[in-house]
Amino acid sequence: MSVKERIARRVAKELHDGNVVNLGIGMPTMVADYIPKGVTIHLQSENGILGMGPVPDADTYDANIVNAGGKPVTVEQGACYFDSSFSFAVIRGGHVDVTVLGALQVDRHGSLASHIIPGKMVPGMGGAMDLVTGSKKVIIAMTHVAKGGSAKILNNISLPATAIEKVNLIVTELAVIEVTSEGLLLKEIAVDTTVEEVIAKTGAPLIQPETVGRF
Amino acid sequence: MKKVSPQEAIVSLNDGAVVMIGGFMSNGTPEILIDALIEKGVKNLTVIANDGGTPDTGIGRLIKTGAVCRLIASHIGLNPLIGQLMNEGKMEVQLVPQGTLAEQIRAGGAGLGGVLTPTGLGTEIQEGKEVVEVDGEKYLLEKPLKAAFALLRASIADEKGNLYYKATTRNFNPLMATAAETVIAAAEEIVAIGGIMPEAVATPGIFVDYLVGGEPYVS
Repeated sequence: MSVKERIARRVAKELHDGNVVNLGIGMPTMVADYIPKGVTIHLQSENGILGMGPVPDADTYDANIVNAGGKPVTVEQGACYFDSSFSFAVIRGGHVDVTVLGALQVDRHGSLASHIIPGKMVPGMGGAMDLVTGSKKVIIAMTHVAKGGSAKILNNISLPATAIEKVNLIVTELAVIEVTSEGLLLKEIAVDTTVEEVIAKTGAPLIQPETVGRF
Repeated sequence: MKKVSPQEAIVSLNDGAVVMIGGFMSNGTPEILIDALIEKGVKNLTVIANDGGTPDTGIGRLIKTGAVCRLIASHIGLNPLIGQLMNEGKMEVQLVPQGTLAEQIRAGGAGLGGVLTPTGLGTEIQEGKEVVEVDGEKYLLEKPLKAAFALLRASIADEKGNLYYKATTRNFNPLMATAAETVIAAAEEIVAIGGIMPEAVATPGIFVDYLVGGEPYVS
């Protein structure tokens, strides 16, 4: 199982029956493949869908229906479409239970940077700022360290902020970390790592409970 | 509402105009009107849209011809040319959170003096903006956006200009219909009055000044 699959599978366990969920483009989209049996979620897509389904077969899709990455997608029975203002009323108004997105950096206060590296990568924030501001629970799904090995979980983010103090949970291939008012709480580590490795690869102090779970 | 050709529809859309263009990653963008703008060779446009399309679709095609000097959008990641033009100083880009952009356009069309949103608080988006406190909660004051023209894409229009949008092609189109002085809609199909169920009309015909047929179908 790849790093991305492992992260997606662990994030999926955070989703509960009936949740309205927005999955970011890229790895977060894979979470939909690991929804536990018996759990029905309603996928929201910021371009105007509630009840988004899987990616269609190459030869059968309807190009009128796309996801927030502009790629063809399907909808579930009972889905609905709306305009961008209504879509962000759903998002900003607190009607999305869980949003899952990637990040470049997250800090111990739950602030995150996900949308810009000045001078290098300037894709724009799209709907990310609204999603992390308005969703009831914000889960960051990302690799534990950057390419080259530098820490992405920090005391304070150094890149421009996407939102301040909004992240609730960080899921990486090595650990599940909850953002609490006391700091970052190490909840679980992966089966093939150690607490020491996780600490070494994290740029902020981790609170260690008596028992750390495994995933 | 007048039914016209694409060329007639944009006859008064000239260099330096401020133009809203519907669509989300080119889904719901009126390609036939983009064609007409490229053919006319207009320059120095300010475009307000969700994104910059892709190099070969939607607003991206307009950018490729050098028609756009300023873009107000939430996302430009699918069109690498925009970053390049920004770096060369050939194009100015103002990035706005998507929900904020939608509400600024809605406010522009709804007679509101702006909207209060928590999105962007404490980030670079806050710079130069008024922070307003309501019942102990902080919000940014985001001002309304208006334009001289709005270019929309509908799946079906009727002879009154009522517009129906299939699936996700709706996105910013109905909002922009309310926020521009001159509204031009391109439709895949134009049907007789009564051909669209009143409940399915997402943009009432009173908002549409010019209607163009022949927008390519999406399959």
